[in-house]
Amino acid sequence: MKRVLAILVEDRPGVLTRVSGLFSRRGYNIQNIAVGRTIEPGISRMTVTVDADRVTVEQIVKQLNKLVNVLKVSDLTEESSVGRELMLIKVKAEPEKRGDIQQLVATFRAKIIDVSPDSMIVEVTGDENKLQAFMLMMQEFGIKEIAATGNVALLRGGRTTREARN
Amino acid sequence: MRLNGAQMVLRCLEAEGVEVVFGYPGGAVLTLYDEIYKKGLRHILTRHEQGAAHAADGYARASGKTGVVIATSGPGATNLVTGIANAYMDSIPLVAITGQVARPGIGTDAFQEADITGITLPITKHNYLVTKLEELPRIFKEAFHIAGTGRKGPVLIDLPKDVQIEEGDFAYPQRVELSTYRPVYEGHAGQISRAATAIRKAKKPVIYSGGGVVSSGASAELLEFSKYTGIPVTTTLTGLGSIPSAYTYYLGMPGMHGTYAANHALSNADLIIAVGARFDDRVTGKVDAFAVHAQVIHIDIDPAEIGKNVAAAIPIVGDVKLVLQELLKKAKPPEIEEWQNQVLAWKKERPLRFHQPPGGPVKPQFVISELYRLTGGDAIVTTDVGQHQMWAAQYYPLEKPRTFISSGGLGTMGFGFPAAIGAQVAFPGRTVLCIAGDGSFQMNSQELATAVCHKLPVKVAIINNQYLGMVRQWQEFFYGGRYAHSCLAGSPDFVKLAEAYGAAGMRASTVEEVPRVIAAALETEGPVVMDFHVDPQENVLPMVAPNTSIVEMIGGDAL
Repeated sequence: MKRVLAILVEDRPGVLTRVSGLFSRRGYNIQNIAVGRTIEPGISRMTVTVDADRVTVEQIVKQLNKLVNVLKVSDLTEESSVGRELMLIKVKAEPEKRGDIQQLVATFRAKIIDVSPDSMIVEVTGDENKLQAFMLMMQEFGIKEIAATGNVALLRGGRTTREARN
Repeated sequence: MRLNGAQMVLRCLEAEGVEVVFGYPGGAVLTLYDEIYKKGLRHILTRHEQGAAHAADGYARASGKTGVVIATSGPGATNLVTGIANAYMDSIPLVAITGQVARPGIGTDAFQEADITGITLPITKHNYLVTKLEELPRIFKEAFHIAGTGRKGPVLIDLPKDVQIEEGDFAYPQRVELSTYRPVYEGHAGQISRAATAIRKAKKPVIYSGGGVVSSGASAELLEFSKYTGIPVTTTLTGLGSIPSAYTYYLGMPGMHGTYAANHALSNADLIIAVGARFDDRVTGKVDAFAVHAQVIHIDIDPAEIGKNVAAAIPIVGDVKLVLQELLKKAKPPEIEEWQNQVLAWKKERPLRFHQPPGGPVKPQFVISELYRLTGGDAIVTTDVGQHQMWAAQYYPLEKPRTFISSGGLGTMGFGFPAAIGAQVAFPGRTVLCIAGDGSFQMNSQELATAVCHKLPVKVAIINNQYLGMVRQWQEFFYGGRYAHSCLAGSPDFVKLAEAYGAAGMRASTVEEVPRVIAAALETEGPVVMDFHVDPQENVLPMVAPNTSIVEMIGGDAL
């Protein structure tokens, strides 16, 4: 099953390689990965989505914890969490189709951020299911290209990742 | 105090108590070598960087200290790779220092540039590229700390040429500030109590111990624990020596070439107490068929080892020495007389054995037995990898830890001889015996020059069967006797080879010559190569075919 890991790492050269290299050499498959800053200077957050069973994920977490630059690894799937991905979709948009697209954009609470004579770029945020559904709708018009961030996630409630139980 | 980077390295090594380094100079470490020269730090020049890495590894295994190896950039660094991987697989503390091209040249495919931190990422516990001189002291402090604590392992420091030349202020940090690296030493008290309860209830318990016992210096605790509880012990290849071979309840090595008693004890056990061992495939055989009746208590300093290959009912993360001490306080001897008798019966009825026909051919096991007899069992033994390694493990009984030095996890041919050089550097007064194969020895025989130049009286015993013997054995058993490229006929005359380097060379081709040659070699002052021509048909038995249950043994029949 799909599992989401939050990994806090020291922001140093090569750390992304250390983490992603560990996944590949131990035969774990990364579905997507997002890297960004945190509120602590010098600490970055990686959110990695993997498709693996519970035992495998336990082993992944233990191996990640052995990396000297890794501060904390948390399997967010084990607790209640929220995840979001951001996607930009460049869709064909002849003038007569723009109205239909705008309606769908409104329904999905997405946003049009660029318009040209024959295409638009739509920004949409949500969990994987929502993005899948939106893409399906956009396919009718013809998707030219997409760019997506990968999933980012936080625990629900007041606790931070550092305070997570696992 | 203003020092250049190279001078700082020497100060760091001094602060870490490093007495000797193994290495090979080159363009990107000239400044560092200039300081080694000026300071008079003891340096063992090998004839190949791989030899230097294995020698540092052998030094570490024999002494328990962290080994240090130095090489230049590019090919110097890449030649270390096998040695580093070897140390990584067996959790040996090593600090490798490599030269790197000057910082402005990094990434430009400069002469003798290799991305050695990238290359060694999967085979080091951690590695560093020093990009700022002011970070150098902290990096060295951390490197030695990481290499020598927790689950030990190799750490590499890549040092650009211009960093060695640049000058700056030097102060060696007193403490390591690593919030992300905190090995757990004390075992969880609740888990230890659970383990004690499981031990008390067990009917058929076995201790399965490994290299972690050697690494943590827990041999005395392990023996005490076994004696107190009466639980029999089997040790892996890297754990050999951590229990005296003569101990009543010692069962020998388990696994592919393990003893009947060890494999049957594990397979029939209702409780396995794994102590600093990692359930390697060479031990478990087919993992689904391994110890199906047993509950597992797994004690290891590395949490990632627990549950990796075999599920553990009672995991205990911690230093095995400390955990065994706590377990001893809580454990009560179980009632296992019937089981003890069963295990002793297996041991008695199905021992390891061989037959030496008086008229020859010389059996390799006979050579090993004679080496044991004539060294009084008092040598530090190193081995290469293959048949001779398994025979050494089977027929050279051991008294103490750190006296059997062998490449376990990586299985590196060419390891034994340079490792023996390292062990001899650590213990100049002791007999260091390298049991090698004719194939393995040729992978690092150039180190004869190192042994001769540094007056290191290593005794090499080549078990010469003119074959890559283990490959030949597998081809005989599993590939229809098609001996694809495993015959080594055409190898050099090892006696003359030794003599060419200024070492002594001796040969034994008959049964009578074997003890004579060994005695003569042991009386010779300098390094000696003994070339034992043995029966090329001899196989290592018992044997468990790969991916089958460890009770499906070829050989190992009853007396």
